Amino acid sequence: MRAGPMKQTLLSLSNLTKQFGGKTVLDSLDLDIYDGEFITLLGPSGCGKTTLLRLIAGFEQPDCGSISLSGVDLTGTPPEGRPLNTVFQHYALFPHMSVFDNVAYGLKMEKRPPDEIRDRVEEALAMVQLQDYARRKPQQLSGGQQQRVAIARAVVKRPRLLLLDEPLSALDYKLRRTMQVELKRLQRELGITFVFVTHDQEEALSMSDRVVVLKDGVVQQLGTPREVYERPANLFTARFVGETNFFPGNVDAVNDGDIIVDVFGLKRTLRKPDFELHPGQAVHVLLRPEDIRVLEPTDEQGLAGRIVERNYKGSTLDSVIHLDDGTEVLASEFFDEDDPAFDYRLGEPVRVSWVDGWEWLLPEESSNASVGSLTDDV
Amino acid sequence: MPASGVSPTMSSIRQQPFGAAVLVLVWGWLLFLVLAPNLLVVGASVMTRDPGSFLSLPLNLDAYRQLMDPLYLDVFLHSLYMAAVTTLACLLIGYPFAWALSKVEKRRQLLLIFFLIVPFWTNSLVRTYALKLILATNGLINSALLSLGWIDEPVRMLYTEGAVIIGLVYLLLPFMILPLYSVFDDLREELVMASHDLGAGRFATFLHVIVPLTLPGVLAGVMLVLLPAMGLFFVPDILGGSRNLLVGNVIKNQFLDARNWPFGAAASIVLTLTMAVLMLAHRISKQRIGEEGSA
Repeated sequence: MRAGPMKQTLLSLSNLTKQFGGKTVLDSLDLDIYDGEFITLLGPSGCGKTTLLRLIAGFEQPDCGSISLSGVDLTGTPPEGRPLNTVFQHYALFPHMSVFDNVAYGLKMEKRPPDEIRDRVEEALAMVQLQDYARRKPQQLSGGQQQRVAIARAVVKRPRLLLLDEPLSALDYKLRRTMQVELKRLQRELGITFVFVTHDQEEALSMSDRVVVLKDGVVQQLGTPREVYERPANLFTARFVGETNFFPGNVDAVNDGDIIVDVFGLKRTLRKPDFELHPGQAVHVLLRPEDIRVLEPTDEQGLAGRIVERNYKGSTLDSVIHLDDGTEVLASEFFDEDDPAFDYRLGEPVRVSWVDGWEWLLPEESSNASVGSLTDDV
Repeated sequence: MPASGVSPTMSSIRQQPFGAAVLVLVWGWLLFLVLAPNLLVVGASVMTRDPGSFLSLPLNLDAYRQLMDPLYLDVFLHSLYMAAVTTLACLLIGYPFAWALSKVEKRRQLLLIFFLIVPFWTNSLVRTYALKLILATNGLINSALLSLGWIDEPVRMLYTEGAVIIGLVYLLLPFMILPLYSVFDDLREELVMASHDLGAGRFATFLHVIVPLTLPGVLAGVMLVLLPAMGLFFVPDILGGSRNLLVGNVIKNQFLDARNWPFGAAASIVLTLTMAVLMLAHRISKQRIGEEGSA
């Protein structure tokens, strides 16, 4: 864990278990959420992230385990009694009420005086730049505007915790990016803890303080976006978060500070990982596309292959290389300003290497049979 | 396009003979079977009663004046009262029924709706006679109660106001349930969750979210029940005896027995206008929750 100011736990989940029709959706999950952080629950559909959110909000009851907020047990409290609010995936704005009445709803339920309601609603609408739309009906607004109303409606009650259930999934790409920045800004300004659910790993990495990677109701990894991306805890996380090349490696020798691994006959000296190793053991050498270097075919080091695909991406050149044994490698290289001839022809022979120290090692997982797939198209 | 000299409508009609035929059929239907008969009724209501040829000149508003007669006003009000009780009963049964129906697993829903519709395959007159057999002095209910020893002599149920209302509720309940089911089916669970999330309890959520969003269905159901409930003349004929008349009975009697066509026509126009007012209310409530904009 990164060193930093003392983090105070706001929401504490312990041993949470939930089953639906005999299928375990969440399996004795423990998680502490810190006050003021932006934490993302990331995972493929069916991983339990939405169920977890619904348990926190109180729409579902856990089969066992407990949820507590600042030390107060919330497990049996109905949703209306919990000091937290939700931004729903499809906004869930009340169609029979104006934007103003939608935002005012929560305050009216608290029986606040009308003056206070008006001021706070106007303030919340100004925060999401919708003060001129108070009289409109939700269906007269665009998707992005409806999203902002939903956020205003949730934060106007000044909750301790805001739950966001894939709030950007219905928006187009450009609007998504704008809303991501806006959500980050709101979170900083309001100082509310955000629990954000998404299946989009890019969104998770760019927005969060911490990411919880979930699969089959079990936490696969909990860490900063950087930890999750650069040091995945297992093959699932490695494959789900970003694109990854997996090279099969075989440990040749284990020394004090480093090890020698044989990758396709190429012997490389690598940093010693923090799991137990012995000579002869099989490991996975994980390399992100940007760790890969494509070299001239005459180069002495590296693995021989040829270019089978090249994609110009603006700032990077992404290429697919087939090694001589058929293994597919993804490479993503930044343009070199000094090298105008930086480009490849299809079929061109090259050699593939990687930047020393940028690899990540994982032990062989016996339970995982589908290690052969190199790319991840989630 | 070849039809450069022809107006777009003309050319499209020539190119789509099937579409044109359908249009003619629909408009013809509306003209001859809806507009013309209604105009005839309006015409009849302002003419004078004639024993020989049913109607004659001069034009006057005597029929409407006659409707104000306390005797008919009583019939109208009593009919309205019975129809209102019927509607209320249908609403009280139909609302929770439709709500529960919308919560059932989707495949079962279709089966349950099918069961709801099956009775329509039997003529409603036949079903009303069946009800008569159940409610009669020596009918099913009385025999059952007598043999159980719960009562000593048959309870009088037939030829009462209650029997008419039971008959009307029985015949009209599906017309309340179906539009209500439709609005409950459209009611997104997320909205109910959002309401709870914002601090509203069950009752507040019902009052502020569920009722307003299902109101168009309530009004549609009320429309489909209240007006037929004033017109289904055969129900009082079979179950109600002579005192529990509906406006429908008055209209039928004026045309077939009393031979007072202007008066019957005026009564049916008042009934139609009542319906128009209800439809207007339904439209306004739909606009208020903004469904008109997306439809």
